[in-house]
Amino acid sequence: MTDKKESLLSKKNLKLIKDPLDDNNPITVQVLGICSALAITVQLKPAVVMALSTFFVMCTANVVVSLMRNMIPSRIRIIIQLVVIATLVILVDQILKAFVYDVSKELSVFVGLIITNCIIMGRLEAFALANTPWKSFMDGLGNSLGYALPLIIVAFFRELLGAGTLFGYPIIEKLGLYELGYENNGMMILPPMALVTCGIYIWIQRMRNKKLIEEN
Amino acid sequence: MQDLANIFIKAVFIDNMVFAYFLGMCSYLAVSKTVKTSVGLGLAVVFVLGITVPANFMLENYVLKEGALTWLDDSFLNVDLSFLSFILFIAVIASMVQLVEMIVEKFSPALYSSLGIFLPLIAVNCAILGASLFMQERAYANITEATVFGLGSGVGWFLAIVGIAAIREKIRYSNVPPALRGLGITFIITGLMGIAFMSFMGIKLEDSKNSTDQVVNIEDNETELK
Repeated sequence: MTDKKESLLSKKNLKLIKDPLDDNNPITVQVLGICSALAITVQLKPAVVMALSTFFVMCTANVVVSLMRNMIPSRIRIIIQLVVIATLVILVDQILKAFVYDVSKELSVFVGLIITNCIIMGRLEAFALANTPWKSFMDGLGNSLGYALPLIIVAFFRELLGAGTLFGYPIIEKLGLYELGYENNGMMILPPMALVTCGIYIWIQRMRNKKLIEEN
Repeated sequence: MQDLANIFIKAVFIDNMVFAYFLGMCSYLAVSKTVKTSVGLGLAVVFVLGITVPANFMLENYVLKEGALTWLDDSFLNVDLSFLSFILFIAVIASMVQLVEMIVEKFSPALYSSLGIFLPLIAVNCAILGASLFMQERAYANITEATVFGLGSGVGWFLAIVGIAAIREKIRYSNVPPALRGLGITFIITGLMGIAFMSFMGIKLEDSKNSTDQVVNIEDNETELK
């Protein structure tokens, strides 16, 4: 156990958190977890709730699977991982239903779809099955932050430009832009614009970070 | 019959899994580089959806829903197991996929070699679980409707992935800005395709009863206009 000697917040561990934010972002680089990410970015509130739920499920699932990693036969690992994730997602779903019912209604099936969010499966497969619990926790933390970042940025622009509000607060109206002839762009609320906004996010990210540019 | 056609058309075009709900995006983006592989994956998805949605429909209506267990004993009238639906649906899907894989391997090696690698991928394709959850949410009346919905969703997904794969094959010869190459442009094209698919919104096949209603409505509107 060499990593016992390593301090808990050593450079290597911090890198596990930093990497997914940009260089190895789960959404824009690893292409994981797109499905849920795009569907709930019409407004900021559901996006934040979704990011928090994913954060909880991902960190816990990473730790649990990492603790069990030596006991799981590799042939049936997928179903075991699914069971672990599904249990956690049921917990999240029940909590959301109990405390923030309106948001849970809005997210509808997408809470359930955290189960098949490839980001979680992907990290379990790629990381938690081969690493110690603490490292897996850091990885889960990093990746869920990396998942939350584009999610919240896209939701910010879609809600601001599409509905003129932020967290439901009518910011454009308060600034008095409507009197100057500003109109909300109703198209931003429609599902296809999530893809285009996300595409532009990727464009900007890759212009800044040249090494992510693809060949084709 | 028209009801079924309506559900089918709605699932294929209007509530398209990819363009309206972003389901199955991960494999949609990963496996859409050539038309041939995307046809394989698309067929596998249609196949699996056509099996899992009715299977989960049975599960929902005879086990999970409140009062669904009354066929066993009247005392189960108040039992509501629907909080278990995620875990049971995913278990059904994972085992169905495994089963389908084994059956196809046994009886049709040719189909297996063309679908083979995609089948395990499908277990974690969100379009499959998503269709089951939508089926639960929309409460279809009977198993035929659920099956038609499953197949329709599959066909919609198939169309989407084959379409994007064809475009991506062509786009290789275009001059895309370097930073937008690959993922970025695929996202934007998918968005544009989504806008195109949105023009199907509002299509509804009327059955005879409703269409007479509609005629009446139009007449009403005309009198209002006058």
